[in-house]
Amino acid sequence: MADRAFSVARLPGFTAIAGLVFVCLYLPILVLVVYSFNSGRSVASFEGLSLHWYADAWANDRVVDATLRSLTIAACAAVISTVLATMAALGTTRRRAFKGQTFIYVMINQPLMVPEIVTAVALLILFASVKVATGYQGLGYLILAHSAFCIPFAYLPIRARLEGMDLTLETAAADLYASPWHAFRRVTLPLLLPGIAAGMMLAFVTSLDDVVITLFVQSAGQDTLPTYMLGQIRRQITTETYAISTVLLGLTVVLLTLFFALTRKKS
Amino acid sequence: MSKIAVEARNAVKAFGQGEHAVRALDDVSITIHQGEFFTLLGPSGCGKTTLLRLIAGFETPTSGTILLDGADITDLPPNKRPVNTVFQSYALFPHLTVAQNIAFGLEMLSRPRAEVAERVGRMLALVKLEALAERKTSQLSGGQQQRVALARALAPQPKVLLLDEPLSALDLQLRKEMQVELKRLQVETGITFVFVTHDQEEALTMSDRIGVMSAGKLQQVGAPRDIYTRPLNRFVASFIGETNFMAGQTVPGGVRLGCGATVDVVGTRPGAVTLTVRPEQVRIEPAGAGGIPAVLTSLVYFGTDTHCHLALSDGAEVVARVQNPTGGDVGLVQGQAVSLRFAPGAAQVLED
Amino acid sequence: MSAREQRRIAAEARAGWLLSLPALLLLAVAASGPLLIMLVYSFLEPGQYGNVEWRFSWDGWFGTLFSRDIFDGTVQLADAHLTILWRSVKLALQTTLFTFVVGFPTAWFIATRPPRARAMWLFLITIPFWTNLLIRTVAINEIIRTEGLINKVLLGIGLRTTPLDMLYSDFAVFVGMTYVYLPLMVLPLFAAIDRFDMRLLEAGYDLYASRWKVLRRVILPIVRPGIVAGSILVFVPALGAYVTPRILGGGKNMMIGNFIELQFGQGRNWPLGAALSVILLVIVMAALLIYVRAANRGTSSHG
Repeated sequence: MADRAFSVARLPGFTAIAGLVFVCLYLPILVLVVYSFNSGRSVASFEGLSLHWYADAWANDRVVDATLRSLTIAACAAVISTVLATMAALGTTRRRAFKGQTFIYVMINQPLMVPEIVTAVALLILFASVKVATGYQGLGYLILAHSAFCIPFAYLPIRARLEGMDLTLETAAADLYASPWHAFRRVTLPLLLPGIAAGMMLAFVTSLDDVVITLFVQSAGQDTLPTYMLGQIRRQITTETYAISTVLLGLTVVLLTLFFALTRKKS
Repeated sequence: MSKIAVEARNAVKAFGQGEHAVRALDDVSITIHQGEFFTLLGPSGCGKTTLLRLIAGFETPTSGTILLDGADITDLPPNKRPVNTVFQSYALFPHLTVAQNIAFGLEMLSRPRAEVAERVGRMLALVKLEALAERKTSQLSGGQQQRVALARALAPQPKVLLLDEPLSALDLQLRKEMQVELKRLQVETGITFVFVTHDQEEALTMSDRIGVMSAGKLQQVGAPRDIYTRPLNRFVASFIGETNFMAGQTVPGGVRLGCGATVDVVGTRPGAVTLTVRPEQVRIEPAGAGGIPAVLTSLVYFGTDTHCHLALSDGAEVVARVQNPTGGDVGLVQGQAVSLRFAPGAAQVLED
Repeated sequence: MSAREQRRIAAEARAGWLLSLPALLLLAVAASGPLLIMLVYSFLEPGQYGNVEWRFSWDGWFGTLFSRDIFDGTVQLADAHLTILWRSVKLALQTTLFTFVVGFPTAWFIATRPPRARAMWLFLITIPFWTNLLIRTVAINEIIRTEGLINKVLLGIGLRTTPLDMLYSDFAVFVGMTYVYLPLMVLPLFAAIDRFDMRLLEAGYDLYASRWKVLRRVILPIVRPGIVAGSILVFVPALGAYVTPRILGGGKNMMIGNFIELQFGQGRNWPLGAALSVILLVIVMAALLIYVRAANRGTSSHG
């Protein structure tokens, strides 16, 4: 357009590329969601709207079983990792830098730096011996592993919230006769709560998403929803997979919307 | 003699370690009396806020002691000191209402519910915020937040109220209002106020006594009038108000200036000395009137008065402030030869 | 410094450690510690039915690069292993480069929207980021498979008479990884561009720079920490990718992640798997080290 003002921030072609990127990001997901409502048996062609794949998945004991297991693990891992991450965030922020603080940062963020497959293999090696030695085959291993790799995801938003908090608020509480515990209970914790909730949500989603580590740590018959899906895909991709995917996708969107609402409020 | 409320003895506070250590507070001893409005005045970084934080208990001194009502409180944590603070940023709890903020200290002291409610009501009335009791603090204006911070700190009836530059975030109009308001609250409650500011006007208008600080040291303590008219050293003289400095030599009967004139002075020190005279204490008379001969180098119009820049015969510069008459013209012109005279008792010998 | 202050500082540091301790313990048990055990396992002998025999052996490490002929015992370079390693590095680099090429304009686009719209676009990038990797891989599989959307369109408009066979190839893995890791590139780039002072552009144009020169001489150098961060965030998981190559690459186009898994499954060679994992970890750590260096240099020259 000739009469358009010169805009400094515009770079030629960038908007077009960005538009294409968003289309490419969402088109496959959209197709997957649409196909999950396909009434046909095969995923080859769309034969009409139907919910029967959802009904089938719901009627499939293995799917229900895997779903419940996924939710149990995610809930346990989210709670454990959030509690530990909150404590660590309180220990590593807003105080005079102390010896070993960098070590703590590195340790906490370590699961983000090591490829999942490496952690998975390492856990397989460790737990294989523990399983033999103790005879325990339960969900504990998965909960332990998930709690560990969820810690950095819970830690980051909590730490961000803490660092954004006005330090003088706690000083003010102490000035007004609050003991350290009361200052924490009555001032720090209420103000930190959105950060904790956000951290817990990210931890929950992260646990729910995990495939690789679960695959290596699980004992026989301990499929979570993603590992069950992977097993199915190995044989053939079916519309049932699309239906489960769509449900998981919906859950993720809901949790993320909540997360954004929680973190937005502070600004 | 009134009783002592707060006392600091040889308080030192160093930040950092070894060579990098900075002495924010360098051997400061001070006594603040009960019921007094005491102001710590100085430029930023002079240590005034550090001293306040030592009294509040947010910092522990590197050495020295802090006493409250004669008892050593140096090692007492802030939550066990009957001292409250109004923070520069107010530090109001954003998740609590105005009333809940004011009640906070009383609740922490486990006061009975009825007493808390009654006291909160009284405080709201005191700062005229009854209508906003249930508001969240984020919905208040700067001036209102300031009042909440005051009410919250006053509610537990502290022995001493510490105010850390509480007016610095307000605009000029509001600041003037709050100055009057603060003074009223102090008189009404009878609580000892320790007020920190870098604003000399605030300090002069509100305080019973002022402690002027610079570079971690207490430079002078005294009533506003004493501080202004009888500054002890160059820093105090120049930080509060405008002033002239003149070098001279002590001789029998006064101080001889560089230009050869001898003037009467307050205070005495042998040898080479520095004199200070406030510009409004310098009188301009017609040439040959018997004073110090000088030449008018420039005139600057300031509305209420005119600043006359004068040069003495040895080149030393002196500023005189002449009040503008109704017509607006002081009747002087640039380049005019005049004669200067200092008002009786206006020339002061400084310690350094 | 007084003893009183020293006590207080020591107490604060102790509190910091105590509060962090539970998290550190869990991470030591279920994240860092096992890596050490893995290192030990890479020096043991493989057990007959998986696991290991507790006897020292270099065979695991030897096997990463060489193979011994079963019949005559001659030693050769293990071509298959090198191919897999090379493919992994190549695909990870290609993915990193391509995600940058398309991710930078995307991040720029988002960062230059008005605040309200920016939050919305950012949210749209974040959703795929948090969506299950498996689901996204299945979705891209749906698009590029023989009966998928692309082929339907190509056949429909008559550009081709036979469908394109894209699945189960390096290309499919590349497309899939670009798709799944793109948000990891866009988010740090966005963060860097968001901090970028747009007035610098005005200064650049004022000093006669063209758009291309402004991009190359002003924008890119300043947002470099974001570029480095995005590249690392894509490169590390791409190099260790397991799910995407498994679904889109089929059995033949393995990456190192799949090859490692194989040693713990049918391969029954845990020491070799452990040694390969250590190699992968070392490459990743080297990349991270480069990142830390580059990021520090970036901040010191602009801070």
